[in-house]
Amino acid sequence: MQRHFTHRKLFTKAFAATAALAAGLIATSALAGETLDKIKARGVIKVGVGTTPGFFSPDSSGRWQGFFVDFGRAIAITVFNDAEKVEFTNSSPQQRLPALQSGEFDILLSGVTQTVSRAFKLGFHFGPVVFYDGQGLLVRKDLGVSKGEELDGATIGVQSGTTGELNIADFFRKTGKAFTPVTIEETGEFLKALDSGRVDALTQDATDLAAKRTQLSKPDDYVLLPERLSKEPLAPAIRAGDDQWLEIVNWTVYATIQAEEFGITKDNVDTFLKSEDPAIKRFLGVDPSLGEAIGLDPKFAYNIVKTVGNYGEIFERNVGKGTALNFERGYNQPWTAGGLLYSPPFR
Amino acid sequence: MSQIELAPPVAPDWHRWRDGLFSGWANGLVTLATLAAMLWLALPFFRWAVVDAVWSGTSADCATETAGACWAFVGAKFRFMLFAFFPPPLQWRPALVLTLITALLTVSALPRFWSFRLVPVWLLALVVIWLLMAGTAGMEPVSTNHWGGLPITLTVSIAGLAFAFPIALLLALARQSDMGIVRCLAIAFIEVLRGVPMIAVLYVAMLIVPMALPSGAAIDKLLRAQIGVTLFFSAYLAEVIRAGLQVIPSGQKEAALSLGLSRIQMLRLVVLPQALIAVIPAIVNLSIGIVLNTSLLAVIGIYDLLNAAKTSATDPIWLGFYSEAYIFAALVYFAICFTGSRYSLWLERKLNASNRR
Repeated sequence: MQRHFTHRKLFTKAFAATAALAAGLIATSALAGETLDKIKARGVIKVGVGTTPGFFSPDSSGRWQGFFVDFGRAIAITVFNDAEKVEFTNSSPQQRLPALQSGEFDILLSGVTQTVSRAFKLGFHFGPVVFYDGQGLLVRKDLGVSKGEELDGATIGVQSGTTGELNIADFFRKTGKAFTPVTIEETGEFLKALDSGRVDALTQDATDLAAKRTQLSKPDDYVLLPERLSKEPLAPAIRAGDDQWLEIVNWTVYATIQAEEFGITKDNVDTFLKSEDPAIKRFLGVDPSLGEAIGLDPKFAYNIVKTVGNYGEIFERNVGKGTALNFERGYNQPWTAGGLLYSPPFR
Repeated sequence: MSQIELAPPVAPDWHRWRDGLFSGWANGLVTLATLAAMLWLALPFFRWAVVDAVWSGTSADCATETAGACWAFVGAKFRFMLFAFFPPPLQWRPALVLTLITALLTVSALPRFWSFRLVPVWLLALVVIWLLMAGTAGMEPVSTNHWGGLPITLTVSIAGLAFAFPIALLLALARQSDMGIVRCLAIAFIEVLRGVPMIAVLYVAMLIVPMALPSGAAIDKLLRAQIGVTLFFSAYLAEVIRAGLQVIPSGQKEAALSLGLSRIQMLRLVVLPQALIAVIPAIVNLSIGIVLNTSLLAVIGIYDLLNAAKTSATDPIWLGFYSEAYIFAALVYFAICFTGSRYSLWLERKLNASNRR
């Protein structure tokens, strides 16, 4: 009896201590409310990013850099007029959607493909597409091909277990040409197959191919064809239920696109302040009526362009011609130049 | 008839080598073939890693046709691989944490310092580590999102071991308890956690736990991972400790009880001191396992040493030096674990010697 009593007391104590510890460790934040209210109360936007060179990667001092990262900073400018009030956290593809759902992030700028099932089944809202990705073809330059169709009879490497396998088969069935697929599991082998001439081309998402191209022994001997075999529109994702937050994301992205359409850049933005064009006056907040009407800082677009630049500058700086990724603008240029970027009017 | 015991004659070293490697023509052939294969594999590596290596400069210097390993990359990324996102002006803090951990590990490794006084010292050290990393009055706060690199690898392992220990002790005792329900619970806990891979535990901590919490409550990501690691290792540690408990003959326990000691006194004074000392080498081995297992934290987006090393090769300025990054991380892990395993061997010999005395 006695023995059991002390025993039980020991465990009761242990359990009570554990429970108290657990309760103490759970930090109860403010009750769930509108995302924007939470962001403003916290004073910082929490952004989930991935790790793809050029799109999001830390530099040597640990500061995040990249295409999507710049959009995160732009959103911080819209909300706080401060590009630093944003915290980037890496999130793996498996955990990023649940993490957004559970409130760990306010927004995912990790290259999420916008799909109908993610919108309906998972309850996410997507902002404007910031990058039109898609399955691309990386080919040896000396083959002299400029279109996928010309790869008749070619041997093409695909990584197993990806949608790339199906897409390439569909593509060749549609064009009525023949090809030999070589399925490769491991990334290193995938690259070696092209390097050693075992395959004539590799196919995968263009953003991945651009990064992989830099790891070939002679990157300049290969070219990423501008054609895309699949649609992978990469857009910012947020939880459904806060329309105002969604609009802030939308119009931040549109501001960078509109600035490029106007020809306004980081360097020349100040000269546009003297412009007589009423559309530009409204856009840059010289005429503050628009900003006052929508409840944002009238100069938010000016501040974004002044700090991170317009869409074209963000693109070229991170993934464009001068960088290791050496990406063609392709679909990612304004509609006026034949691309898909189109901003609704700022009025 | 008395016999004089003589030590068996020991052949000189080179004799043993010759007999082992070249005892017959077939054996000699195998030796030569192995040597040739080793050279064939090692020479290109040596050429890459030493002869053609680029020791300093920029990524442009490493991009030339003849360049081998780019150790300049490791130089440029050394800070990031060790401390990841910790703000550079404040990096003396994680550096101090590393120093503190090294010093304490060294002291705790020597049996001459073994006493229960080490327990409060380590608990205090964990608090100091936490304050140094997170910041406190007078020091700029740094969110756990910015912690990373080697301090994470070591702190998660050490805190995991420290917090797993009391849990494991209770589990091991509960598993031997004669209260059916307590025993069943302990067995269930241990067997479930030992039956799933650590990565599953981490995914549960990352994905399921936040959804199970009431809306608005949030546990820090690193803390969730730490709890996962702790629970996972408490199951393994419990089994190690149970092995130690079984070493103690039941006669000792009965003797202690019949002397009027309470059950707790019996455990504290008689059973545990012997049982725990007996399993120290096994615990050191388990700790090495913990250090290596923390590399799994990478899959849930925590920047431990391995993840920091991998990520440093995604910087467009230094793109794709994965081999160099992984070799650096491997060397750090090897240094830690090799020290640990040599220590464990030394300790085993020392403890065996003192047992025989």
